[in-house]
Amino acid sequence: MSGGGERVRVLRGREWARPVRPARREVLSVLPELEQGRPPLLFVPGFGHGAWAFAEHWLEHAAGRGFPAYALSLRGHGGSEPAPEATLRAYTHDVTQVAAGLPRQAVLVGHGAGALVVRHALARYPARAAVLVAPVLGEWGTLGAALRRNPGGTLPALVGGGLRLSRRQLFSRELPDAEARRYAARIGRAGRRAQWQLLTHRDPEPAVGHPPVLVLGSPDDRVVPPAALTRAARRHGGAPLLFPGMGHDLMLDARWREPIDAILDWLEKEHTPA
Amino acid sequence: MSPSTDPDRPDPDAATLAPPRDGRPVSDRGDTVCVIGAGASGLTAVKNLREHGFGVDCYERETGVGGAWNWRHDRSPVYASTHLISSPPFTQFPDFPMPDDWPDYPHHSQLLSYFERYADHFDLRQHVWFGTEVVRVEPVAGDRWDVTTRSTGGYGPERTSRYAAVVVANGHNWSPKLPRYEGLEEFRGEIMHASSYKDPAQLRGKRVLVVGAGNTGCDIAVEAAQQASHCWHSTRRGYWYAPKYVLGRPTDQVNDRLLALRVPLRIRQWLYHWTLRLTVGDLTRFGLPKPDHRVYETHPIANSQLVYYVGHGEIAPVPDVARFHAKAVELTDGRRIEPDLVVFATGYLPRFEFLDPRILGDADGSGRPRLWLNAFAPGHPTLAVAGLVQSDSGIFTLSHWQTVLFARLLALRITRPDRAAAFAKRAAAGVGERYAGKVKDSSRHWFEVGHADYLRAVQRAMYDLEEK
Repeated sequence: MSGGGERVRVLRGREWARPVRPARREVLSVLPELEQGRPPLLFVPGFGHGAWAFAEHWLEHAAGRGFPAYALSLRGHGGSEPAPEATLRAYTHDVTQVAAGLPRQAVLVGHGAGALVVRHALARYPARAAVLVAPVLGEWGTLGAALRRNPGGTLPALVGGGLRLSRRQLFSRELPDAEARRYAARIGRAGRRAQWQLLTHRDPEPAVGHPPVLVLGSPDDRVVPPAALTRAARRHGGAPLLFPGMGHDLMLDARWREPIDAILDWLEKEHTPA
Repeated sequence: MSPSTDPDRPDPDAATLAPPRDGRPVSDRGDTVCVIGAGASGLTAVKNLREHGFGVDCYERETGVGGAWNWRHDRSPVYASTHLISSPPFTQFPDFPMPDDWPDYPHHSQLLSYFERYADHFDLRQHVWFGTEVVRVEPVAGDRWDVTTRSTGGYGPERTSRYAAVVVANGHNWSPKLPRYEGLEEFRGEIMHASSYKDPAQLRGKRVLVVGAGNTGCDIAVEAAQQASHCWHSTRRGYWYAPKYVLGRPTDQVNDRLLALRVPLRIRQWLYHWTLRLTVGDLTRFGLPKPDHRVYETHPIANSQLVYYVGHGEIAPVPDVARFHAKAVELTDGRRIEPDLVVFATGYLPRFEFLDPRILGDADGSGRPRLWLNAFAPGHPTLAVAGLVQSDSGIFTLSHWQTVLFARLLALRITRPDRAAAFAKRAAAGVGERYAGKVKDSSRHWFEVGHADYLRAVQRAMYDLEEK
């Protein structure tokens, strides 16, 4: 079984008594021209990002290789309904809602803090597989790195303001400056409470349905330190796939094609019957 | 299409034949598990067994999924206006949420679409043999099972396949329970069981007597209040009619908030009585009998409209039926009423006509199985019954965990036989355990469970199975 120290919880009285409020959610999709029996992919953006971040390159590319590709915006992000008081649980709810609404059992791909949301969602939805891209799993080490590299953007978050990531944290220098500026301008902010829960949240319950998990990232990511990548991968019984020279936003950076191809190759291998 | 061209399907002509049984060949399905029924509980059994790596053959007598909740099925008890009485958090499968923009109490057609989506999402239909009914299920050596099937309706030859395990999920709300009444055969008016009630048009303009205060009986009484020219509602005793909303929330969610806070039963009962006092007040004022029990001691009735229509004089509450005459019905208080139509909403009894009753621990032939966790039969470690629960909330969550537990048990039989043996011992010792507070003794409460008590017991069984 992958991840999580806790045991599966059958009794969920508190969850049942207070269901998450519904919210209007933005879901973008690109579907292959021919249905090829491949599992749908659901991309979950990290804090501040919306479905647009995947619509730039990855959705099109995945569909081109035969995978129905979907991306959602967590509440309060992108084109979804504003939700300043959103919690990690509400984000998790958004993911399981969209995943269960897809025609077939989906692969969840989470980026940044979206990877943490995916890990929580795995306990409530039996994904076919999961991919954690540059996962921000809410460790103190990540906070330390963020404080060192971007004190101006991180400190306000600690006192209730928004977490701001700088252009240089997110992208490599290979990405033309104009594009980097354009992307950075689109980045919003996550709910205040959800931001705090990055540090205070409880470890996710174990994943249901034993999904295989792939972790990938960049050793030059200025948000997630390499040690955190290794730890995340080890938790799921593997080693991270590394893409040197890329920034945190692997799906927007200049060499966006390499990581998505690696993900799709892995999925093709996972789902070819041995 | 011939099924024998499909390598994944049982094939009586295949070379892998077990020793024949009564001269008929038996096809050995190896480690495959047989699931009987593709209703809610059967579907979740198929999904969870597949998820744990088992091959599954599911037999369904109808041509679609959804069982009781598929109104096209001839055994479906749903009527046009059937709505759920538990809200989605208590009704959905715990790993496949219902859309959050659905109402608090969805309609039965929404529920059917939910099951159909579940089947498609997890690609379950490929494991289901539709239009195939199970005739016999017999234990054979090595805790394996011979399952004999034929086309629904008895056409075509019987075929027998041997399975490593069986999940019985044939439902318990399709075989009508009809109480005996003196003089019923001489009654000249129309009588029907609620199972054949489909549409309020059946009541329009008639003088209707509805017998029974289950959730169905109350629904039909309310529809009779709206459609019939007169409605009597006969009940054995007084009941607590729970409104579907209290304190601005669906009632089950408020109740579970108290359960999560571990508020003791006595206090919950007191709070409940107090809430009712604030709204409808004393029901005996309307002529309803005073309940002879405290709330939570009978299967809950969730109906906000019954008391409302009683208060508007559209429903006349009457006591139990004493006997029938040619043109009248005599009540236990001596009164005579003259209905055109009598609807018996008197419930259902479980039936396992393909299985020797002793296998399920029903030694005296009463029709009541004796199981642990309402699912496990002592002495038969590879048999489970799914969904045989009358829960104070939804059933499907419970079926899900029952079948997860069974799948994990089957997996451990191979890797850790010692733990599986300990589980079997526990099952034998635990027969007859109840998972609800004190309830009235009646066949209606044979399978009554409180969802929190029950799921806690399942969770403990799962932890015991896998830890230590």
